[in-house]
Amino acid sequence: MLAPAPRYASNDGVIDAVRAALGARLIDVDDQVGEVALVVKREAIVEVMTILRDELAYQQLMEIAGVDWPDRPERFEVVYCLLSLTKNHRIRVHVWTDERTPVPSITGIWPVAGWLEREVYDMYGVLFAGNQDLRRILTDYGFQGHPQRKDFPLTGFVELRYSEEHKRVVYEPVQLAQDFRSFDFMSPWEGAEYILPGDEKAQPTEAGAPSPTTAPSAKPEIKGESPPPTPKTTESPAQTGTGKADPGGDGGKK
Amino acid sequence: MASTYETITPDEAKGAGDIAIANYTINFGPQHPAAHGVLRLVMELDGEIVERVDPHIGLLHRGTEKLIEYKTYLQALPYFDRLDYCSPLCMEHSYVLAIEKLLDLEVPLRAQYLRVLFAELTRICNHMLNLGSHVMDVGAMTPNLWFFELREDCLNFFERMSGARMHHAYLRPGGVHQDVPLKLLTDIADWLDNRMYLFEDALSLVADNRIFKQRNVDIAIVSKEDAVAWGFSGPMIRGSGIPWDLRKSQPYDVYDRMEFDVPVGTRGDCYDRFMVRVEEVRQSARIMKQCLRDMPEGPIASDDRKVVPPKRGEMKQSMEALIHHFKLYTEGFHVPAGSVYVATESPKGEFGVYLVADGTNKPYRCKIRPTAFSHLQAMDFMMKGHMLADTTAVLGAMDIVFGECDR
Repeated sequence: MLAPAPRYASNDGVIDAVRAALGARLIDVDDQVGEVALVVKREAIVEVMTILRDELAYQQLMEIAGVDWPDRPERFEVVYCLLSLTKNHRIRVHVWTDERTPVPSITGIWPVAGWLEREVYDMYGVLFAGNQDLRRILTDYGFQGHPQRKDFPLTGFVELRYSEEHKRVVYEPVQLAQDFRSFDFMSPWEGAEYILPGDEKAQPTEAGAPSPTTAPSAKPEIKGESPPPTPKTTESPAQTGTGKADPGGDGGKK
Repeated sequence: MASTYETITPDEAKGAGDIAIANYTINFGPQHPAAHGVLRLVMELDGEIVERVDPHIGLLHRGTEKLIEYKTYLQALPYFDRLDYCSPLCMEHSYVLAIEKLLDLEVPLRAQYLRVLFAELTRICNHMLNLGSHVMDVGAMTPNLWFFELREDCLNFFERMSGARMHHAYLRPGGVHQDVPLKLLTDIADWLDNRMYLFEDALSLVADNRIFKQRNVDIAIVSKEDAVAWGFSGPMIRGSGIPWDLRKSQPYDVYDRMEFDVPVGTRGDCYDRFMVRVEEVRQSARIMKQCLRDMPEGPIASDDRKVVPPKRGEMKQSMEALIHHFKLYTEGFHVPAGSVYVATESPKGEFGVYLVADGTNKPYRCKIRPTAFSHLQAMDFMMKGHMLADTTAVLGAMDIVFGECDR
């Protein structure tokens, strides 16, 4: 690894040890960018964590992160980041779930999971079965929705201000002075698969036609007359027409 | 509210002149000078004894993680300064290391030394604030003013480094933003030699002070097992006696070339956490001196033109440099798909960034692991059975900043 990122104990043998310890509970294991990531069965997460803590010496749960992949059937990924103080190693455990299916809570194994699960619930709406205190944590009292989901707009739905009339803070629907703009940085010649603004008027006819078409179908052809066989050249001063009364040789007529 | 008194009938409980009382609930904060920001603690008290603490956080939630998903990798960097605004550079550190890990980008040696040098200056700067406010929370005024004298010096150095006293935006994926003048480095060396006596002076007022010890020794003792189970890190886990320092065990940048000691506590109380930070300041000064001694000359950022923009002078001469500059500041660079969890030793503990890249120029997901989150969660069991007045000492020894906790 060239990058100066934190260097911990090597991953050699870790995957084999995990395979042997977890058996059929393990769905997939991945070693990318020097980090071991396990995908395990959701129902078995409590057993998996207990094995990882007690047998493989990952004593600390540092983080639970949620990720939203709306295109997938089970859209939410819950990522547990574990740390071994004795082996000086880190490992990640991933489980998948959707809006309705709860993930078993691991608060019985690590008390620190309580707030971390609350945060994932608050941000994504992932349910944790067995968490005794699954309240919202970061958002406002009485907030609705789960803001980190990809279909939740960046601006949110409500804004608040102090109302002089009511002498309190009031919530109102968001009003933007300018529409929220999201730019993509795809160049047309990299194969943008939508019609560029302004191009919608021109219907594409055929490849090479002057109207704009999408990039892959347009095969540019050279149009017009073919070039003359002997190109016109000027090799000596006599050919430039200098000093002649009638340089064009046509009597000055146009 | 369940209370031991409620189960006893008033007639049994009442002696001559006694009044039956129930537990009562009070709010600590959200606007309380000792809450170090906007923290609301709902506390259940039995007389003056704390029975239960329920911290309500999120009053400073700004949606940083959501905003980052809509920005390019470079545009997202300044958000990290605004997380823990007492140690901004260490927040950036995790983020740029995560990007570099995904890109597998090599960073020149001088840039790595500069990062370590200023990360340690940030640590001193952070501890000056925390030690000072901790001392003030338990009743002493003077040391805080002296610590702030040093903190002011640190901020002046940061201003000369980046142009900004607090929100530096100095680190970049691939290196640092700009080189520092030689005079700044010599001034820092002078400062380390000649000004740190202020720190020792201020400390001499509190470290052995009887009142300070009465307020901190044996307050909120955390055992090793509890510290591990509750996800403690940084001075909190070292205060409990576990010698765990990411700079030592998982070195990043040039920390593996540095010689320093990791202080640990013996009892795991507030006083130990305070003294661990005190010793860390001395060790940070030691690391900075080694950085200044060994720092080589050379480039301060990677020469990979697809990530690091060219210098302005080069842009005046080279068309290609101009194109690179334009592309990097409009579209930004693309990071190959993958996910990493990178954690560094920030002054408050393990500050981690879980970064998911999908191959575009924006992070798909950037989960920030704040140090305060797990520490504050442990508040309930740390406070159980203590007096109300100990709350400020426990909070001060945790070193919590809400920009980072609430994100």
